[in-house]
Amino acid sequence: MTWQPSASPRVLHERARIYRQIREFFDARGCLEVDTPLLMPTTNPDLQVGSVGVPVGGRTHYLQTSPEFAMKRLLAAVGESIFQICHSFRSGEVGRLHALEFSLLEWYRVGYDYRQLMLEIELLITTLSLKRCEFGRISYHELFSQHLGIDIDAIELGELRRLCAVRVDADTSRLGHDACLDLLLGMVIAPQMQGYQFVYDYPIAQAALARPRAGDARVAERFELFHDGIELANGFSELTDAAEQRTRFERDNRARVLAGLAEYPLDEDLLAALEAGLPDCAGAALGLDRLLMVLLDIDSIDAVLTFAADD
Amino acid sequence: MASYSTNEFRSGLKIMLDGEPCSIIENEFVKPGKGQAFNRVKIRNLKTGRVLDKTFKSGDSVEAADVVDTQMQFLYADGEFWHFMDPDNYEQAAADANAVGDARQWLKAQDSCEVTLYNGSPISVTPPNFVELEITDTDPGLRGDTAQGGTKPATLETGAVVKVPLFIEQGEVVKVDTRTGEYLSRVKK
Repeated sequence: MTWQPSASPRVLHERARIYRQIREFFDARGCLEVDTPLLMPTTNPDLQVGSVGVPVGGRTHYLQTSPEFAMKRLLAAVGESIFQICHSFRSGEVGRLHALEFSLLEWYRVGYDYRQLMLEIELLITTLSLKRCEFGRISYHELFSQHLGIDIDAIELGELRRLCAVRVDADTSRLGHDACLDLLLGMVIAPQMQGYQFVYDYPIAQAALARPRAGDARVAERFELFHDGIELANGFSELTDAAEQRTRFERDNRARVLAGLAEYPLDEDLLAALEAGLPDCAGAALGLDRLLMVLLDIDSIDAVLTFAADD
Repeated sequence: MASYSTNEFRSGLKIMLDGEPCSIIENEFVKPGKGQAFNRVKIRNLKTGRVLDKTFKSGDSVEAADVVDTQMQFLYADGEFWHFMDPDNYEQAAADANAVGDARQWLKAQDSCEVTLYNGSPISVTPPNFVELEITDTDPGLRGDTAQGGTKPATLETGAVVKVPLFIEQGEVVKVDTRTGEYLSRVKK
């Protein structure tokens, strides 16, 4: 009976309810709902975020891994807070918590920093949950110190690899510093996390498109929200420096080449928009399929997707 | 040499790990939104039966294990080896006690078993789910006790001991589920 939806009627109605409430929430807070293309001529060069290429008129275009680049161009043009509910695509990501095509809520708040945005997420999730929710907060550095007793700034790579090999049975000999941290966070720490928890101040090497923290260049003003160890949202105080953004894109492309992958053309439209001036803002993406899993206590993403892809 | 990338991982896939043939039981994709992806797999060592967890960096390749499951007919045991034959090509294979394991107590000549071959040699044997075997020894049946009630041990022609209802007699043939070792029914001759 493969023609039938993978989501139950209860899931379909819950999805409709939260979409309605998200729109009411942002409308009441003066945010403009926007709609940007899913298929564009460039994409995110981040090695860890795989794009799906699509042939378009003899060239390759890309299904967007998030609406971030287009929304930032819009933000530079309109200068007001915006939000969007859309599908996004990540190639090679399939599993109990991953689907190649998934739903995101992405929004940007002009004049906010990441701390104000965390408060807004608390309010949004409490609203959508229809009950009071508790939110914990811990810095990325403190998280590792608390769970593993290590100082991630001081620890040597060799020691970090040994720790990974002890805590997770894996060949860690070729893993870099950040891959080791990803491994420990995903396999050792996340399974112990309970309830809603923000992890903030990510190492600068994992800044993505976040700006460095004022007064402490070792960390970026980036946070993630977890629920019972499952990553639900990622947010930043947005990087508005065009030159720094270009440097990060070029570094991403060099990492692609080292990994034997093709470089992506840089998104010159985004860089031009940053050049013209992005207002100071903070933005976040919230995975709506995973949020539905949490709200309905469902443990597989396939059961909340309307039509899950066949393997 | 054949190999598999982590994105081909699925349950049932046979891979080499530390020089031993293994079968993937479960494969979980673990990845932070903006970080390195990993595959955490639950693996069974096909020689020892031991189950372990192992984590691979996504995109890594692992050597494929030359392991095939074949339906073979059990021929006979010679005290050291259990001999099987592929009914399609009449090729024979000899399994040692280690490979036969607990399956030995259900093996009757002519029965078809699943034999797992690693580099052509048997490393494990799975008996048919249901076997029909004669009782060679059990206490005499108790008169008037044909309804539900107690059980007694009975030794089967292959050496297995199963619990049977009190009314079953020596020389009768019974049907047994080899996965649970439970008596299912009496088989009329």
